[in-house]
Amino acid sequence: MAITKLLVANRGEIAVRIIRAARELGLKTVQVHSSADAESLAVRMADEAVLIGPPMASKSYLNIANILKAAADTGADAVHPGYGFLAENADFADAVQAASLCWIGPKGDAIRQMGDKVAARMAAQAAGVPVVPGSDGRIDDPDLARSVAQEIGFPVMIKAAAGGGGRGIRIAHDIEELDRLLPQASAEAKSAFGDGGLYLEKVIERARHIEVQILGDGTRAIHLFERECSLQRRRQKVWEEAPSALLPQAMREKLCASAVALAEAVGYRGAGTLEYLYDDTTGHFYFIEMNTRIQVEHPVTEMITGIDLVRAMIRVCAGEALPFRQQDIRLSGHSIEVRICAEDPAKNFQPGPGTVTDLIVPGGGGVRFDTMLYPGYQVPPFYDSLLGKLIVWDENRAAAITRMARALQELQVGGLPTTKPLHQLLARDPDVQAGNFHTRWLEPWLEQNAHRLGTQENDA
Amino acid sequence: MMTKQILSPLPGTFYRRPSPDQPNFKEVGDTVAVGDVIGLIEVMKSFNEVQADQAGTLTAFVADDEEPVMAGQPLAELG
Repeated sequence: MAITKLLVANRGEIAVRIIRAARELGLKTVQVHSSADAESLAVRMADEAVLIGPPMASKSYLNIANILKAAADTGADAVHPGYGFLAENADFADAVQAASLCWIGPKGDAIRQMGDKVAARMAAQAAGVPVVPGSDGRIDDPDLARSVAQEIGFPVMIKAAAGGGGRGIRIAHDIEELDRLLPQASAEAKSAFGDGGLYLEKVIERARHIEVQILGDGTRAIHLFERECSLQRRRQKVWEEAPSALLPQAMREKLCASAVALAEAVGYRGAGTLEYLYDDTTGHFYFIEMNTRIQVEHPVTEMITGIDLVRAMIRVCAGEALPFRQQDIRLSGHSIEVRICAEDPAKNFQPGPGTVTDLIVPGGGGVRFDTMLYPGYQVPPFYDSLLGKLIVWDENRAAAITRMARALQELQVGGLPTTKPLHQLLARDPDVQAGNFHTRWLEPWLEQNAHRLGTQENDA
Repeated sequence: MMTKQILSPLPGTFYRRPSPDQPNFKEVGDTVAVGDVIGLIEVMKSFNEVQADQAGTLTAFVADDEEPVMAGQPLAELG
């Protein structure tokens, strides 16, 4: 390989995951960290560690100058951004490359194109990928907005072209509301994202969230089938699977082919994900956005394909040609991931940082726990609440759910509240077992089941 | 008379403003009633109000804006 020393510009479980992949590739690792993460597992595992700032992310994990200085000081020749923080920051990608370092991700311009929701929508349409019915591009003229809204039908979503992560979205149910919300939405987008550009999309009332994993080398791309992440709370995924619980095979082939077409059309390099809404009553699917990074839920794809995605993305971004052909990628069995977070489901998911007193990690066949926890580790309050991802694989979906329930029963994290009781209840729910859900299924379910979320079912 | 203190209820990051483009909740010299919000603590990306549990006049902030704090750490003093 053309690189020898990889700097990990992230923290938590994904930093640990990247160090493991780097080590298997024979790379040295440099872990940058804030003062709150000096005792983190990633810092302990890496060959070198460099302090880049105080706890606040804007002064450490988002501090581009300090990260680049750490790379120069340690002689690192590549940077992996993980997910979140600077992973989809095109200026950081450019700065890394301008410093003659290898960026483990797509080129800055590809991040820019896919990060602008209007540009991504247009690239998708050009590649023949269906998008949610809406405006053809940015919409600046209120008269045009009215006629587009009437054509696609209310309710419509007013979205910021530069937005993302569910921010900057408003829903208008009629013309009057549209007229009232347009100026507000534009002003808010201008102040939040520095760009007041808006576009309109039809509200898809009941849909499943299905996403396709792709891998590209800048010329050629392949897909690694789909994941389904329909169980969400506040637009955050809590339970993810591969393949989808209910996607028909013919639809799978269309969806995956469309993702490859879009990835090749933009010359995509590295690991990426195309997200779609799938309406299982009409059989329509719609592209919503592309994530130009490794995702939290990538392990379920690794489990059903046997491909190490983090290792593969490092190889292609270091200049190797894609090491797989499409026909090499085989889907086998079913995998589920649940996010174990330091939150108390019985207290409206209130976060609870603290010290891990004891830890029992589930084991046995088909079980994987990606985590940064160790006994005695003090979980800092400054970052997100993800403690680990419990992942299982089995021959089919029903067996995977049974195995997940078994693994959850083994998992013990002492000293902190966790979301384990939520996942234990979900694994026993008849709708979850039948795959009968959509993106707005979980929130009402949580309200109905609030009284049952307090008890951990630890006893056999 | 003993100095009255407002303590952080949680570990996290202390903010004196509701958002970066808005003014501080309270300034030194302001009168504080029980239940008044004097700041926010961000814990794992969730924001929690810090309410005064005593009344008085704000004489000093012991913690700075955007400073990491521990649970039970003094944030402000009342006279």
